[in-house]
Amino acid sequence: MAREQHDYDDIPGTFVFDQERSRQGYGINMFCMSLMADENRKAFKADEAEYLKKFNLTPEQTEAVLKRDYNRMLELGGNIYFTAKLGATDGHSFRHLAAEMTGSTQEDYANMMLAGGRSVEGNRSRSGRFDKPARSAAKPAGKKAGKAKAGKAKAAKPKTKKSKAKKSKAKTRAKK
Amino acid sequence: MARIIAGVASSHVPAIGAAIDNKQTEEAYWKRVFSGFEKSKEWMAETKPDVCIVVYNDHASAFSVEIVPTFALGCAAEFPPADEGWGPRPVPVVQGHPQLASHIAQSVILDEFDITVVNKMTVDHGLTVPMNLLFGSPKEWPCPVIPLAVNVVLYPPPTGHRCFMLGRAIRKAVEAYPEDLRVVIFGTGGMSHQISGPRAGLINSKFDKAFLDNLTKDPQKLARIPHLEYMREAGAEGIEMVMWLIMRGALDDRIDEVYRFYTVPASNTAVGHIILENRAKGAKSAKAAGKRKAAPKLKRAAARAKIERVRS
Repeated sequence: MAREQHDYDDIPGTFVFDQERSRQGYGINMFCMSLMADENRKAFKADEAEYLKKFNLTPEQTEAVLKRDYNRMLELGGNIYFTAKLGATDGHSFRHLAAEMTGSTQEDYANMMLAGGRSVEGNRSRSGRFDKPARSAAKPAGKKAGKAKAGKAKAAKPKTKKSKAKKSKAKTRAKK
Repeated sequence: MARIIAGVASSHVPAIGAAIDNKQTEEAYWKRVFSGFEKSKEWMAETKPDVCIVVYNDHASAFSVEIVPTFALGCAAEFPPADEGWGPRPVPVVQGHPQLASHIAQSVILDEFDITVVNKMTVDHGLTVPMNLLFGSPKEWPCPVIPLAVNVVLYPPPTGHRCFMLGRAIRKAVEAYPEDLRVVIFGTGGMSHQISGPRAGLINSKFDKAFLDNLTKDPQKLARIPHLEYMREAGAEGIEMVMWLIMRGALDDRIDEVYRFYTVPASNTAVGHIILENRAKGAKSAKAAGKRKAAPKLKRAAARAKIERVRS
């Protein structure tokens, strides 16, 4: 069954860890949780594919873990606080993983953060219908959701399929 | 009668804890962050609460995906620091306040907040980092702490409005507790940040500053912010800010902002911090009255100076 569409699927570059992903990703997250124990980290490092067999992952999930494809892990139901434990097992910090997920070099990512982080302008909406802050946020700065700012962001626009369905749903929901 | 005297909000970035543990607080990058909490530590040392309630979230430490309680109130006598994958942080064991905690549990459940009672729990950086920022790194924490863990990891977290109303219910519970205790409540997490996916690194200072302003100006407005807006404007993980609304809901309508600090970044995150005081009600706690009156004015002046520096 295809994934149910939600208003938040319109947010670019974001995999919301919702109930459906939690159900799908239970194995990934429990695998990551197991890495809290040193003996498990050693067993995993000794034979990664073998160790993963204990957790009922789908072939796609296993591949994502072995390749350390962090975005794919999130898409398939992993949660960042869990997958970060895999990162830690490899000796990487949250910031290191964040840089990887954005497709930037460590240096570029660190510089972007020092310069104030990724701007929300141009990064609000995949459909382009929510380019401005909602009523309770601060004033709009009025830049179109052009791909300009999405610079680092081949990244920030992962998939476009089914965007039509998302658009309409996002629109109606956002009126609440 | 127990009484909530003040609320504190603070980010709880794990890298801040690591900087403390690895003694990097004097490095320029970190000094910028820690210097913003110097005044706060003075305020806390002077305020000397009898108990703190710390609203925070667990990050796959005490709770995995096996059990995900929306609101979990720590009623145990103590809460050891969690091993988050590289050994427990070298911070003191948190001493609880089981009597007040169980009193709160009993009261808020009858007020229709069906919280989970937790009698065994470790606490991770979500709780211990704000403790460090406000209390420094003492051998023992100076007062008992009641942890209130909120799920903000698995979507959906409780709504901002629900959080605000839980704060109200906690205030009612505290005020019905017979012992004369002065309580400070912490809301932690935020501010804008996203650490997951291709949009990681998102920061929205405008959103954050409006949020800080509205904690005093219009908290009801904050309580109406939908989850979609937090995620879109303040990053997927920025939704943690709903926890600040429990703190705010537990305070009176009329409060004084005594201090504020905001800086970008700490690791992936915008660091926000604010101290809000309830206005004294006929100075119930006598020992407080005399000396504490004068202090806030000085601190407010200091706070303004700080804000200007931060904004410029």
